[in-house]
Amino acid sequence: MGKHLNSVKVSHEKHTAACATEIMAIPETVCISMSQHIGAPCQPQVKKGDAVKVGQVIGDTDAFVSAPIHSSVSGTVKEISTVRSMMGGQDTVVVIETDGKQEVWEEVKPPVINDMKDFIAAIRASGLVGLGGASFPTHIKLNPKNLDEVETLIVNAAECEPFITSDHRLMLENTTEIVEGILAVMKYLNLKAAHIGVEENKPDAIEALNKKIAELGHSDDVKVNVLRARYPQGAERVMIYEILGKTLNAGQLPAELGVVLSNVTTIAFIGQYLKTGRPLTTKRITVDGNAVNRPTNIIVPIGARLSDVAAACGGYKAEPKKIIMGGPMMGRAVFSDEVPIVKNNNAILFFDGNQALIPEETACIKCGKCTRACPFNLLPVSIAAAYDRKDADKLDALKVMQCMECGSCSFICPARRPLSFINKMAKGYLKEATSK
Amino acid sequence: MDNKNYGRLKVSSAPHMVSPTDTQRVMGMVLIALIPAFAVGIYQFGYRAVTVTAVCVASCVVFEYLLNKIMKKPQTIGDLSAVLTGVLLAFNMPSGLSYLICIVGALAAIVVVKGLFGGLGQNLTNPAVTARVFLFIAFATDMTTWPTARGQHLDAVTAATPLGELSHEGINAVTTSNLDLFLGNVNGCIGEISALALIIGGLFLIWKKVITWHIPVCFIATVFVLGLIWGGVTGCGALHGAIFQICAGGLMLGAFFCATDYVTSPTLPMGKIIFGIGCGLFTMLIRLFASYPEGVSFAILLMNILTPYIDKFCEGRMFKAPKAAKGGDENGK
Repeated sequence: MGKHLNSVKVSHEKHTAACATEIMAIPETVCISMSQHIGAPCQPQVKKGDAVKVGQVIGDTDAFVSAPIHSSVSGTVKEISTVRSMMGGQDTVVVIETDGKQEVWEEVKPPVINDMKDFIAAIRASGLVGLGGASFPTHIKLNPKNLDEVETLIVNAAECEPFITSDHRLMLENTTEIVEGILAVMKYLNLKAAHIGVEENKPDAIEALNKKIAELGHSDDVKVNVLRARYPQGAERVMIYEILGKTLNAGQLPAELGVVLSNVTTIAFIGQYLKTGRPLTTKRITVDGNAVNRPTNIIVPIGARLSDVAAACGGYKAEPKKIIMGGPMMGRAVFSDEVPIVKNNNAILFFDGNQALIPEETACIKCGKCTRACPFNLLPVSIAAAYDRKDADKLDALKVMQCMECGSCSFICPARRPLSFINKMAKGYLKEATSK
Repeated sequence: MDNKNYGRLKVSSAPHMVSPTDTQRVMGMVLIALIPAFAVGIYQFGYRAVTVTAVCVASCVVFEYLLNKIMKKPQTIGDLSAVLTGVLLAFNMPSGLSYLICIVGALAAIVVVKGLFGGLGQNLTNPAVTARVFLFIAFATDMTTWPTARGQHLDAVTAATPLGELSHEGINAVTTSNLDLFLGNVNGCIGEISALALIIGGLFLIWKKVITWHIPVCFIATVFVLGLIWGGVTGCGALHGAIFQICAGGLMLGAFFCATDYVTSPTLPMGKIIFGIGCGLFTMLIRLFASYPEGVSFAILLMNILTPYIDKFCEGRMFKAPKAAKGGDENGK
């Protein structure tokens, strides 16, 4: 591929790439949120005092865009309450006191699948959502309206965010599940080909995948695409362009280009679920940052609090000044380490004072680096000016809606302007202005 | 607005890391790229090259410091942009210039052209170039008294520049060979004489991605093409004429270091191409038809003023294509 979208070179910081995944001890309590996906929140299916087991459904809803939530532990429901969500709203949570036995729910058994319908039903029952970050319910994503036009599966294994190595470890440690997951999706969705997009900075993962694909005799229809190690290679629209050369506009679904795209962790979960029937109750995450003693990769129960996760990684070695859920480019800074792990977490970064330092904003020198960094050639400086004067028509003309908030412009800006944040505000403003 | 503390934790919008290149480093990189040209200047003109540069830099920094103090603005001398303005101003001056004129130039550059328009990023025209044009007109004699360079092996203390000779007496009066022009064995402004040293610095900036190729290449290519025609018409040889035009005067300094000033040049590649070609056209128009021998500063100044219009034009062109799809951001969380 000769042509590439604009990108930035970020320092990879993959300190934990060689850290084999550990398993976290079950904490005394877990706090499982009922809003772990895009769509309608779940209603608690248990009440205070109920005994629950691992894999038991504790939250569900009839809404179409949603996915059930399962208990990650065995124990007793201590309370059903609300906590402040990261978005500022109130989330219902089920707090469970664990008994340490980790007894598995009786109804957890491998699903019986005969056709596409069974497959989609099983995916919904598993509670699977997009684990790369978007947390869109997978059973909807894998069942597009124009399924007969969809021919290609793209597995996103770029892991372009700095620090995060959980997908990398997954590719080394669960290679079989990944390939089996791919084959299952191809079989039930009747797809012709699959591409796994991996950044070139993970040669061992590429080798392991290629070996496993050859072993299972699928070298002709499952391909590993080696991508440049540039940010944001793992953004959906960037990945589709880099692998297939097709342009996906904001608001368009990949299926319109004949593609379903899924994160590698999501795919590996499908492979594992079809074998064991064990719903989504744990998550492999990377723990890193200068404030934590022992950066590593660790499988944590969903609902574990970040303070418990830090304790499992040797505790704090310095006072954390910023805690990020996700990577440093698109992750969310949380306001407390009491926040629980949710399904789409793939990393927790505990930054000390130095790492949390935000350089002061200086004057724009019109260097244009933001535009040269933007995968879609947007003009963050013009957008910021138009947002400043609340000019909705101009914002629309500048295609601000194409912005996916990858943060490349803010990252590259020598004047340290929060351009990505301004884009986000501008998008919000434009949505509001056009809906009137 | 972007940075809050909840208890002991900092909460801010993503991204949470930034590239190590800040404004100071960008400016520092340009300063490094000017070292070869400075070295040639010192070799050719001796200690005056150092003192003139030092006076320009010091007075630019002091003026910026004082202006920020008086206007009660945050101190910005750390971003090195005043240092760079001082260096570029000195590089655009003859080495024999009185220090007082240097200080007047710095005052014009930092206070009038930059500070009063709102400081770095807000100025319409390049401070060093504008100040030079101002000095050129106000102190015409001082600004065109050229001490001879060591490499010329002349007994005279001052001599005309090749472009001066060309302007007053025609192509046959030019005594400097193209090779001497390329290497810098010629009199002229402190930093403009060696095309070779400036090309080395310019390529360094392109390699380090501080500047893009568009402006310097289009600027130099335009002068080169017009030089070919001019060389052919005047009979001194098309290629000879073209090489003379691109190596003479302040063209290389202007093309790589003054015209590429971020603030006063277009942002988009297409705009940069228009800007570069415009600079080349005006430079040659002035060199060949106007009463001044050299036109690089005037050309850059003129294109600086047109920059907002070029930007607007290119932005309009860029977004004429299909309208953005309304609706969601697929990565929105």
